[in-house]
Amino acid sequence: MNAASADNFHARVDAALADPTLKIAVERTAGTAEAKRGVAVAAFPDFEAARTRAAAIKDHVIAHLGYYLEEFEANAIAAGAKVHWASTASEACKIVVDICQTSGAKSVARSKSMLGEEIGLPHALAEAGISRIETDLAEHIIQLADERPSHIIWPAMHKTREQVSALFKAKHRSPHEEETIAAMAESARRELRTQMLGADVGISGANFLIADTGAVCTVTNEGNAELSLVPPRIHIVTAGIEKIVPSMPHAIHMLRMLARSATGAALTQYTTFYTGPKRPDDRDGPEQMHIILVDNGRTKMREEGLAEMLRCIRCGACMNHCVVFRQIGGHAYGGTYPGPMGSVLTPAIDGLKQSRDLPNACTLNGKCQEVCPVRIPLPTLLRGWREKSWREGLEPTSMRWGLGIWAWVARRPALYRLGTGIALWAMQWMGKGGWINQLPLAGGWTRYRDLPKPARHSFMAQYKKDHRP
Amino acid sequence: MTTKPVALFVTCLVDLMRPRIGFAAIRALEAAGCSVVVPEGQTCCGQPALNSGDRQHAVELAKQTIAALEPYAAVVVPSGSCAGTIRCHYPEIFQHDPQWLPRAQAVADKTFEIMAYLDEICGWRPEGVTLDAKATYHDSCSGLRELGIKAQPRRLLKNIDGLTFAPLADEETCCGFGGTFCVKYPAISNAIVGEKADAIDASGADLLLAGDLGCLMNMAGKLHRKGSKVRAYHAIELIADMGDGPAIGEEA
Repeated sequence: MNAASADNFHARVDAALADPTLKIAVERTAGTAEAKRGVAVAAFPDFEAARTRAAAIKDHVIAHLGYYLEEFEANAIAAGAKVHWASTASEACKIVVDICQTSGAKSVARSKSMLGEEIGLPHALAEAGISRIETDLAEHIIQLADERPSHIIWPAMHKTREQVSALFKAKHRSPHEEETIAAMAESARRELRTQMLGADVGISGANFLIADTGAVCTVTNEGNAELSLVPPRIHIVTAGIEKIVPSMPHAIHMLRMLARSATGAALTQYTTFYTGPKRPDDRDGPEQMHIILVDNGRTKMREEGLAEMLRCIRCGACMNHCVVFRQIGGHAYGGTYPGPMGSVLTPAIDGLKQSRDLPNACTLNGKCQEVCPVRIPLPTLLRGWREKSWREGLEPTSMRWGLGIWAWVARRPALYRLGTGIALWAMQWMGKGGWINQLPLAGGWTRYRDLPKPARHSFMAQYKKDHRP
Repeated sequence: MTTKPVALFVTCLVDLMRPRIGFAAIRALEAAGCSVVVPEGQTCCGQPALNSGDRQHAVELAKQTIAALEPYAAVVVPSGSCAGTIRCHYPEIFQHDPQWLPRAQAVADKTFEIMAYLDEICGWRPEGVTLDAKATYHDSCSGLRELGIKAQPRRLLKNIDGLTFAPLADEETCCGFGGTFCVKYPAISNAIVGEKADAIDASGADLLLAGDLGCLMNMAGKLHRKGSKVRAYHAIELIADMGDGPAIGEEA
């Protein structure tokens, strides 16, 4: 469903840059996250060693994915869950819809899951006529506004408090009267709780799948996962196969990295491990638990040089610290996942042809890699996509010609000195003073900034003249 | 003092846009006791091709650069990003080429960004340099994150009498240049450099310093367009006692 939307990047960027409210909203949340992460990381004893360990844990499971998935499956089944396998997004959606329809479910309560977005689950449920309530506060805002998430941790980060207030007033049955965050949260609580408790099915993602117990771990800051997964008759988990960790101590290590990198907190408010459905003497809990293990391109990513990307624990630190994301927000990226990690994932999920702008629209400044808790070499992976795009002829002709001519001349130093000498001579007549404010073929530069007038003679020419024997 | 022979890799931007950075580099290196050679065969290190996905041309230009630089004991570059390309990316480019990998690795191992070389290898400090000005420093991304260049320019600049420093907000945040990024996505680049220019103005400094001409041209070009009075120099110009010459965009 996202294939077409990664197209038209430039148009979405222009719209985002023209929206002053978006900039304020993104800066508020990402700026706060950046500051809080800085404090949390500085207080963490040897964060660098912890990053190395986190990367090693993920590398190990990605290299032995089959082994750990089978171990997880056996233990989840032993705990009473039913395990399904889906190789594509549509297969995964079909399994969810079938479970709902077979059990006569009319309504589902969903706890935020980016995988659900990735596979197009909201759309699939709507098509099947199953009513859906989003229980995460930000997802609730998005659902009311009929939009898509713009960040993986804060799906509604693109909206200001003022915009959310107006939205609640228009859509809630008994909206807040006082313009305070507490009153707005209370309004959302009133709206959501009644619907949550009446849902037939609870659907969640998984932050971690724990192989040696068959448990599924979710984290939230609102407790909405617990509220939406325990009361319904059925709990459905959709999880990417890369979410696996060998055991609880590994999960705990990853949780410490996740929370600090995402929000700067030591842990999220609610961290819950679900192991199988309700047992005979349990008072509460779902009667059935279904776990759908989704590939959707992950095996292919591992085979095609993107194994390091499968380390990603979806913390959002890369986007919070990205100069490009901070200017254009998440929607401009067009895929499910925005920011640097999205620019690596979207071409793998939706296809490079539709999303070739994403790996290109990056300054390769390396900040994302610097803050990634699992040390994903994002700039290197982005360069890899650029190379593939170049090889497949997807890059614009102007760029191919421009670079081709530059490289051809630069391979011939004598010709290069002659050619650049003529160019420098010609540029002496442009602009005024020391600056050029309009340059043919360089409109991208001079539309926004002046270009210092180059030297009359190149360094090499001057140096040769001075050093002539 | 023993004389250390070093090759200067000028970088294509310095060669064409601001040769005085190259001459400042020679002057500082000679003051530090090095004898400087400028190898003939050099043009561009291939970074624009590498970062655009044009592997074939990146490989060709890397080979040409390696061949030009390998006869020398050390290579010094007045740019963190070009030095980073040679040090970090050349060995990557040739990782599956048994013939070229050792040559790439050997050149990578002896290639240094100029201020890191003067500070760490030569242990040198400018002497008798005076400049009454207030400067602010932008840490360019490749130098900072690929080569760990942060303290070295500051240690050298601190030796200049009369030069004081104004802190720059978000000094480690990218200026939006990004090589071809700035012309492929000019609107995003402009939004980023616009914020950078505002931060530079807000620092209250007279001079903007950095170690990469690409970033400097981007920031200086934006500052000039918005009518700012802040003047921009490559840090090596001040270190080599050439801070009294024309700033970027000023006529000689």
